[in-house]
Amino acid sequence: MQLYGTEISSRLLLGTAQYPSPAILTQAIEASGCEIVTVSLRRETADGSGAGFWDVLRATGKHILPNTAGCHSVAEAVTTAHMAREIFGTRWIKLEIIGHADNLAPDVFALVEAARVLSEDGFQVFPYTTDDLVVGEKLLTAGCEVLMPWGAPIGSGQGLRTPDALRAMRAHFPETLLIVDAGIGRPSDAVQAMELGMDAVLLNTAVAKAGDPVGMARAMSLALDAGRAGRRADPMEPRDMAVPSTPVLGLAELG
Amino acid sequence: MQIIVNQNPRDIRSETLGEALTELGFTSTAIATAINGRFIPRDARADVILAEGDRLEVLAPMQGG
Repeated sequence: MQLYGTEISSRLLLGTAQYPSPAILTQAIEASGCEIVTVSLRRETADGSGAGFWDVLRATGKHILPNTAGCHSVAEAVTTAHMAREIFGTRWIKLEIIGHADNLAPDVFALVEAARVLSEDGFQVFPYTTDDLVVGEKLLTAGCEVLMPWGAPIGSGQGLRTPDALRAMRAHFPETLLIVDAGIGRPSDAVQAMELGMDAVLLNTAVAKAGDPVGMARAMSLALDAGRAGRRADPMEPRDMAVPSTPVLGLAELG
Repeated sequence: MQIIVNQNPRDIRSETLGEALTELGFTSTAIATAINGRFIPRDARADVILAEGDRLEVLAPMQGG
C-alpha cells in the first residue's frame, strides 16, 4: 500500500508504549514485521531521558509515525505536530485530539479543523477518528489521504465494536486507505478487520500487555496476513439452514 | 527572571531561549521547544528573547501508541 507516496508492505503499524523493557520492545517490533512504529512527545527532563528511547527506536530503521496523544484542542495538536516534525524529521503525523475523558473518543470537530490546518502546512495527516462517514468525508476534504477509524476505545482490547460501520466505511470510501486504530485485543480481531476490507491495523496495548509480547507481535502479523488473504479469496455468505457438504448422490440406503 | 519550565517555576539568568536551554541543562539534540503554546523552531531559539512568566515547554521522544 502507498501511504502518502511511501510504499509499505506490512499491514501492521505498531505502538511503542507499555512494553516490559526496551529489549522486548525491539524484539516485538522485529517479530511483528511492521515497517511503521508510533511514538509520542513528552516533557523532557534535564537528564535527557527521551534521547535514549529515540536512539533505541532509530536503530530499528522503521518509519516513524509521531502522534499527538494527550492533546485536547486544535492549538495543542498543531503545536505538537510542529514539534514532532522537527524532532523526527517526518511530515507524517498521527492526529489524535481527545474529546472525552472516559472513552478517549476523538473530538471530531477539532480533528477536522486541525487536519485542515496541518495539511495546508505540508503535513501528511493520519487522523484517529470514529467510523462516522460524514466526518470521514470532511477529513478527506481537509486533505487527509488516510482514515483511521477506531475499533473500540483506546487500550480496551474489546475488538471491533461496530463491524457494520467499518463495512460501510469500506463501501463508502473504496479508494481510501482505512486503518483500524485502537481497540484490537486479539489476533481474531485483526483477522476480522482485514476480512472487512480494512487496509491495515494500528495497535499497541494488545501486543505490549500480552503475556508474551514478542509471540503476540508474531501472531498479529500472521492474523493480518490470514485476514487479508481471506478477504481476497472472497468468502462465502452465511446461510440460514444446513446444506450437506458431502454429496448425497449415490448415498446407500442402509436403514 | 522567573519562567515556567515544563510547569515548574525556574529562575534563570539567560535572556534568550537558546541560552536558557543550556543553562537549564537541556543539551540533547532530540528536543523541541514551545513558548506560551507556540512552537519555536531550533533555528529561531537564539533570537527569541524570554520575558518574565513565559511558559516554556521542552519535549522529547517518548513511547507512544
